[in-house]
Parts: sequence; C-alpha cells; structure tokens
Amino acid sequence: MMKTDVRKGLWISFFVLPGLLVVTLFILLPLFMSLFNSLFSWNQLLRGAFVGLENFRKIFSGYPYRERFLNALGNNAKWFLLTMLIQNTIGILFGYLLSRRLPGHGFFKRIFFIPVLFSIVAVGFLWGLYLKPTGLVNAALRLMGLGAYARAWLGQEEIATLSIIAVNIWRWVGFPSLVFLAAVDAVPADCLEAAYLDGVGEWTLFWRIVFPLIIPSVTVISVLTIIGSLNVFEQVYTMTGLDGSPNFSTDTIGTLFYRTAFGSVDSGNPEIGIGSAIGVIIYSLTFIASIVSIISTRSREVEL
Amino acid sequence: MTTDLRYQRGRLLRNTLILLFQTAMIIYVVLIFYPLFNMVISSLKSTREIFQDPFGLPKAPRLANFRVVWVDKGFGIYFMNSFIVTAVSMVFVVLFGSMASFGISRYAYKARTLVYMLFLSGIMLPLKAAIIPLFILIKNLGLMDRQLSVILIFLAMGLPSTVFILSAFMKGIPRDLEYAARIDGCNDWMVYRMVIMPITAPAIALVTIYNAVPIWNDFFFPLVFLQSNRLKTVPVGLSSFFGQHSTDWSLLFTGLSIAILPMLILYLFMSRYFIRGMTAGAIK
Repeated sequence: MMKTDVRKGLWISFFVLPGLLVVTLFILLPLFMSLFNSLFSWNQLLRGAFVGLENFRKIFSGYPYRERFLNALGNNAKWFLLTMLIQNTIGILFGYLLSRRLPGHGFFKRIFFIPVLFSIVAVGFLWGLYLKPTGLVNAALRLMGLGAYARAWLGQEEIATLSIIAVNIWRWVGFPSLVFLAAVDAVPADCLEAAYLDGVGEWTLFWRIVFPLIIPSVTVISVLTIIGSLNVFEQVYTMTGLDGSPNFSTDTIGTLFYRTAFGSVDSGNPEIGIGSAIGVIIYSLTFIASIVSIISTRSREVEL
Repeated sequence: MTTDLRYQRGRLLRNTLILLFQTAMIIYVVLIFYPLFNMVISSLKSTREIFQDPFGLPKAPRLANFRVVWVDKGFGIYFMNSFIVTAVSMVFVVLFGSMASFGISRYAYKARTLVYMLFLSGIMLPLKAAIIPLFILIKNLGLMDRQLSVILIFLAMGLPSTVFILSAFMKGIPRDLEYAARIDGCNDWMVYRMVIMPITAPAIALVTIYNAVPIWNDFFFPLVFLQSNRLKTVPVGLSSFFGQHSTDWSLLFTGLSIAILPMLILYLFMSRYFIRGMTAGAIK
C-alpha cells in the first residue's frame, strides 16, 4: 500500500512539476517581486532602503508623476469606454446579424476575423502610414470632396487617441462579433420559436430573450476589454511613439510604465521603485475591474 | 430554419433594416480589404508614385522590393526567428501543459486544487506588468539577448490557458479506457501517451492556435530581451525597419506586406480552425 502511494506521488510530481516550475519562476515569482520591489527605493538596478508606500504616494501626489499618471490613466479610461461603447456594440450587432443567417453570413464571418490575426505592430504601422497628413485617409477624403476634413490624425492632441482607438476597433471588432455569434447560436431554438409564436418582434426578442441569455459572453468580453484597455502599449508605440506624442496626449499606463521601467524618455534613468508600483497598480486594477464586472453581470445572468 | 425565414419575411421597415445592416457589413468588408489591397499595390510602386497617385495601380510593378526586404533587410531571418521561437515555445507549452493537465485531472490527491489554482493564477493577469522582475531574473540567468529568454516567458504565458482547457477536456475522458490500459500493463506515462493524448488531440489543436498566434505576434518581450538584429522576430524586426526607413514608403509597404500576407494566406486555408482556436478562451 505504502509503496503504491509513493509511486503515485512520484508520477504526479513527474507530470505536474515541469510546468509548475516554469509558472512559479516566470509568473508567480515576478508577480510577488513586483509587489516587493515597489516597497523599496532603487538606485538603477540596486535595491535600496525599505520605503513602504512612498513610491505609491509619489505616483498619486508627487511631481511630475501624478500629472503623467493621471493623464495616462485618463486615456486608458477613454480606451475602455470607447471600446465598450463602439466596438462591443458593433460586435453584438454583427454577432446577432450573423446568427440570423442573412445572405452571405458565412463569408462575412470569415472576413470579419481577418484583422484579428494580424499583429498589433503591423496594423499600427500600416495605419500609421495611412493616417499621416500625406497618407491614404486624407487622400480618400479629398477624392470624395471632403478635403476640409483632412487633418493630421495622429498629430493633433484632440483626435490622436481617438484615431488610435479607431484603428484598434478596426483590428479587433471581429473578435467580439464571433464570440457573440457563438453565444446567440447557443440560445435554444425553441426559446426563439415560442417567442415568435407569441408574436414578439425582433427588437423585444433581442432585449428580452436573447440578451439575458448571452450575458455570460458579455461578461467575458467586458473583462477582456478591461484587460485590453489597461494593456494598451503596441498601438501607441507604433502610431505615436513611446512618449505618447503629441504632448503626451496619447500616453497610456503601458507606455508610461515602459518609460519608467526602462528610463527611455522622461527622466533618462530607469526608476525601478516607481515602475514596480505602476506594475502593481496595473495588476490591482485588472483584478478589481474583472471582479466587479463579473459580479455586476452575474446578478443579471439568467439560467434556463 | 423557420425562425430565420420569419425574420426575413417581415414588413417594409424590417426589410429596410436588413438592407441597412447588410450594407454596414459590406462596408466593413471593404474597410478590411481595401487597406490591405492598397498596402500590396503600394509595395509595388515607387515612393513618389504612392504620393502622387495613391489609388492607382502600379505602372511598373517593382517586384525587386520584395527581394530587397526579404534578403537585404533581413526579413527572411526575422521569419526564421519567429518560427523557431514560436515552434519551440509551443512544443513545450503542449508537452508541459498536457502533462500537468493529466496530473491534475486524472489523479485524486489533496494538493490537486492548489496545483490547479497555481497554474490558473496567471490566466487573467498581464505578465507585461511584471517586466521589471522578469528583466532582473533573465539577466541573472544569463539569458539576455538569447532566444531562450522569450521562449521561457512564452512557455509560462501559454501554460495557464493550456492547463485550463486541457484539464477540463481530460476530466471528461471515461476512466474505463484507462483501467483497460492498466490491466494490459501500461504504466502512467503510457496511459498519458497512448490513451489520453490521442483522445485529447482536438483540444490540443485548439490550444495550439490559441497560443501560437499571440506568441507569433508578440512584440513586448522580444523587444525587451532580444537586442541583436540576427535574433529579432518579425514584429520587432518590422519595428526597427520602420525606424531606419521612415521616408521610404515604398519599402515600408513592402515590409508590411511581407509581415502580414503569410498570416492572411494561412488563414484563408484554415479559417475554421483559427476562429475556433482564437475564440476558445471566450466561448464555453
């Protein structure tokens, strides 16, 4: 008996340990170390004295950190709101339409997903060229007689972030569309049939029957949108640069974090303490936002 | 299906709406294809021609651009690097991930839930935010500017979702198959290798696409850890290429075409798998 137990334990270890070792070393340990490092002052790569929450205090009230941080966080909020509002609304609409088997739905479904496959970097550089003052977008506007609307899409503070978000929606809207399509397709046909027999219109059908049943997908997409919005980096890096030009108007937590950690633009020196603190804030926000989103939609979830 | 017919019959308003929505979808299709089409024709024009006639077809297609970018600008090497990094990472993601899933789903023991939670703890959290400790760790391991650095990180990134998907799948495989194999004298490894893994193949395909596409496209970690030009992957290579040739739009569009088109062609042949694989984490 003893012997088989030992043998079983060895087998389990053999199967589980290689993966567990990698995850511990490259996910759990760095996570823990971020938290740990954020509580110290740093001189380049050398850990200095324990300073408690000083790094966090600096981010929320010290110059110039506070200004940069709140500016970046504001942009991340913009990313989240606009993505939820525009991309996910279009996603639900497309997903629902595709599920209604309109002519050509199989074709649409395949095509919509194409940009999702591309790297953000390639998409960012491509649209970065198109959105230049001399680029294709302005040329198209002039061709259509809308030359008055031509502008430096990535060069003006008021619209630069909006332009980048628009490009990101272009790339990603196929994803929520197909997730919602799968969700609507999973709604039992007799549910819909019964509603039709009762003479319910399409609009009521969607809001009263379909939507409550696809709430789990809405949750998943919301959580992914939160995570995605907090992690914006490549989009800004490729289209307006690491320092979020013009005048930090496109700066995000991701780019600010990178500059702080690797000391590229602002100060010239890496600031490990502040950088770690920003990392911890990113983790906490991701965690809190996901939990809130899951709880708030779960209360509206309907079980069949 | 009756439900759909009923929708299409409808009144005038409904038909108008359908037309409107249909148009919206067609517009998005055009919005997807035209920029890609323009990218390809621009790659065959001279920079001057791109500016003077952005919509026209190339008058004298410059196919030589592609050779320049692929050979002289090193995109051939970038592709090779992306391929090596993605393939090696994925081999170990699948191997370690399926082994761990087997260890979690096919045995009963006390620490099982703990092990499972440890694997899953990384599933939603963005590893990018831990770049500072990762940087120090990689430096201390002497892996800076070596492909192993990003391979290990991609492996870690891929494991949580892999364990999540595979262990759920393996849990559903009937015990009888395993017992039968054991009676035939199979040890645990043989059960894993010859009984469970063949049945798990469809889920493995799913997991492979789910992880391989983001790994292939990843920019952040290769940017931080791979400095030598001969080690760069496609996204990082593209980025430094853009830095060096910012005014030569003809060449830039060629670089973009080379970076984007292979993925597009692969997708056209395997779209069903790509769609299923990439949405695997978001669909029950």
